[in-house]
Amino acid sequence: MNCPVAIRIQEDDFDIAREIAVLTRSRTDIGAVVSFSGICRADDDSSKIAALTLEHYPGMAEEEITRHVDEAISRWPLNGVTVIHRVGRFMPGQNIVLVLTASQHRRAAFEAAEFLMDYLKTSAPFWKKEESAAGTGWVEAHARDDEAAARWTKS
Amino acid sequence: MKVKYFAWVRERVGKAEETIEPPATVRTVEELIAWLSGQGETYAYAFERPKVIRTAIDHAHVKADAAIAGAREIAFFPPMTGG
Repeated sequence: MNCPVAIRIQEDDFDIAREIAVLTRSRTDIGAVVSFSGICRADDDSSKIAALTLEHYPGMAEEEITRHVDEAISRWPLNGVTVIHRVGRFMPGQNIVLVLTASQHRRAAFEAAEFLMDYLKTSAPFWKKEESAAGTGWVEAHARDDEAAARWTKS
Repeated sequence: MKVKYFAWVRERVGKAEETIEPPATVRTVEELIAWLSGQGETYAYAFERPKVIRTAIDHAHVKADAAIAGAREIAFFPPMTGG
């Protein structure tokens, strides 16, 4: 199956409409595109977040995302995948991550997008540092994210 | 071998990367973490909770009992929080 893959780690913002247009350009076999975007939010439980800094492990981050995109392609009939993860310092409301999955039918696109996001959160080497009125600190990993990723390994 | 540190492990160690030469008796990731912990206060602080530390050898996640022989680059970091 023709399944172009684009994986980018960048400081620059992305344009969701443009990325979807690139993914679907001159294709007539795609019937569904699912788009997930992760956005920096101001409220995290009690403290107001002023800014978020994303650090990554260059080289491994791209390879780890590639491994999971390859697995998604082997599990679902996909016609295209785009993953963009930004790094740097972000203010609430700014884009952080984009996952696009294209398929003939919606179910594969929905499931593959969710699978990729679950693994991006728990297995791709990125770390968030929060700045708030209370100070600056690294974001703790959540057990709920590990559980979300683990359900894809159940039979 | 080259060692890299990320996020709060990097901040606690006080450097992003370095080249180390552990003795031949250090064979696994677990043993390397124990050896690094003895290299000074900053290392002891960074690796004070060894079970929390995640490790990658040559860009692939590994467990604590993984052998380090032949590794070109070993990275230590906290659980990931991207996405």
